[in-house]
Amino acid sequence: MPHDHHDHDTLSPSGHPYRADDDAPLSYWQVMEIAVRELLVEKGITTASEIASQIDTMDARTPSNGAQVVARAWCDPEFHAALMDDASEATRAMGFDIGALKLIAVENTGDVHNMIVCTLCSCYPRNLLGLPPDWYKSRAYRSRTVREPRSVLAEFGVILPDKTKIRVHDSTADMRYIVIPNRPEGTENMSQNDLAGLVTRDSMIGTGLSITPPPIGA
Amino acid sequence: MQKVRVKPLMPPGHVRTPAYLRGKVGVIERSLGVFPNPEDLAYGVTASALPLHRVRFTMADVWGANAENPDDTLDAEIYEHWLEPADAT
Amino acid sequence: MTKPKIPSPARRWHDMGGDTAGPIPMEQRPDADHDFALWEKRVDALMILGSAKGFFTVDGLRRVLEDLGEDAFETMTYYERWIMAVNQNLIEGGAYTTADLAAKMADVTARGDTYGDAAAPVK
Repeated sequence: MPHDHHDHDTLSPSGHPYRADDDAPLSYWQVMEIAVRELLVEKGITTASEIASQIDTMDARTPSNGAQVVARAWCDPEFHAALMDDASEATRAMGFDIGALKLIAVENTGDVHNMIVCTLCSCYPRNLLGLPPDWYKSRAYRSRTVREPRSVLAEFGVILPDKTKIRVHDSTADMRYIVIPNRPEGTENMSQNDLAGLVTRDSMIGTGLSITPPPIGA
Repeated sequence: MQKVRVKPLMPPGHVRTPAYLRGKVGVIERSLGVFPNPEDLAYGVTASALPLHRVRFTMADVWGANAENPDDTLDAEIYEHWLEPADAT
Repeated sequence: MTKPKIPSPARRWHDMGGDTAGPIPMEQRPDADHDFALWEKRVDALMILGSAKGFFTVDGLRRVLEDLGEDAFETMTYYERWIMAVNQNLIEGGAYTTADLAAKMADVTARGDTYGDAAAPVK
């Protein structure tokens, strides 16, 4: 769905709002960033190209990486078993550069819905999915999810029956989590690649569900 | 599964045991191996290696009668030095 | 939704699980994949590289963020808080001195009024 902004001058060609950067008045914290970066280069601790390369690495990490992992888990029973056993190893073996990420996959079933939060800060499987959405870092999400997950889910438009057990995972320490959402019904004949298109970022955090494709010929 | 209670301590400083779980009883869902103690890492001192466990609580365990749905569960990673057997007083 | 009438001073501000709070801020949805500014991406990279090179740990960063207090959480943006924490940890880790930083920040500030001007060192 496109943005619902009225002032299109504030949107970049990609349709995203510009963020204050080159054209805005220089802030104290921007000065600090420039100073820290230049000092680290001058002291021989890092280089400009190493910093640029780290930014590229992080930019390449997006929810579509996780979507491919989920789609393969739906299609490939052996991979599914490996993922549930050691999600870091299975993800690396699939070719994703996840660095030192220690990942646990938690799987939704007909009876169980999983949901991820970090109440103490905003831990997120960023080395697989990229940076977290802003709401994930918000006081409201961090505070409420462990006490009233159903009420939080309802705000995301997800209403689950009482008999579905919700498992909230608070990422308090060294592990990061990815939810394996339910495979939508009616997708038996879809390719793994097409299935990945049904896996939303929110479905891998547990605040959404995978997309059910419209029936063919409908 | 082993029943454990999170110690009801309230120290100042950097700890990774959320306050809302302190004093609550859960079961060890799985053990994750040993990890450097974040309470040491935070201050740049040599970190001891501590076993880390995933502990599962029911919402009833954590929130009592105020639970939104008592059978829903909450899992968190808790370092072993924050846990004691649940039968301890 | 009960909260203790007098919050315990022993419970630190960042430890917010279970608190009462308003609606989830959804203004970024459905496309929260907005891009960050270049300076924010650089902060992120400095955080990863400083940690990878052993100058600090993520817990060292969290400790500074927690010690900043609740006002910083409410008034500073995410990457403003992070550059502050990264800088403090780098000084503590001996990467450079406060005097180095003071001189460099004065130099950067003198370069211009926008990030674009200040980030490009005078040739």
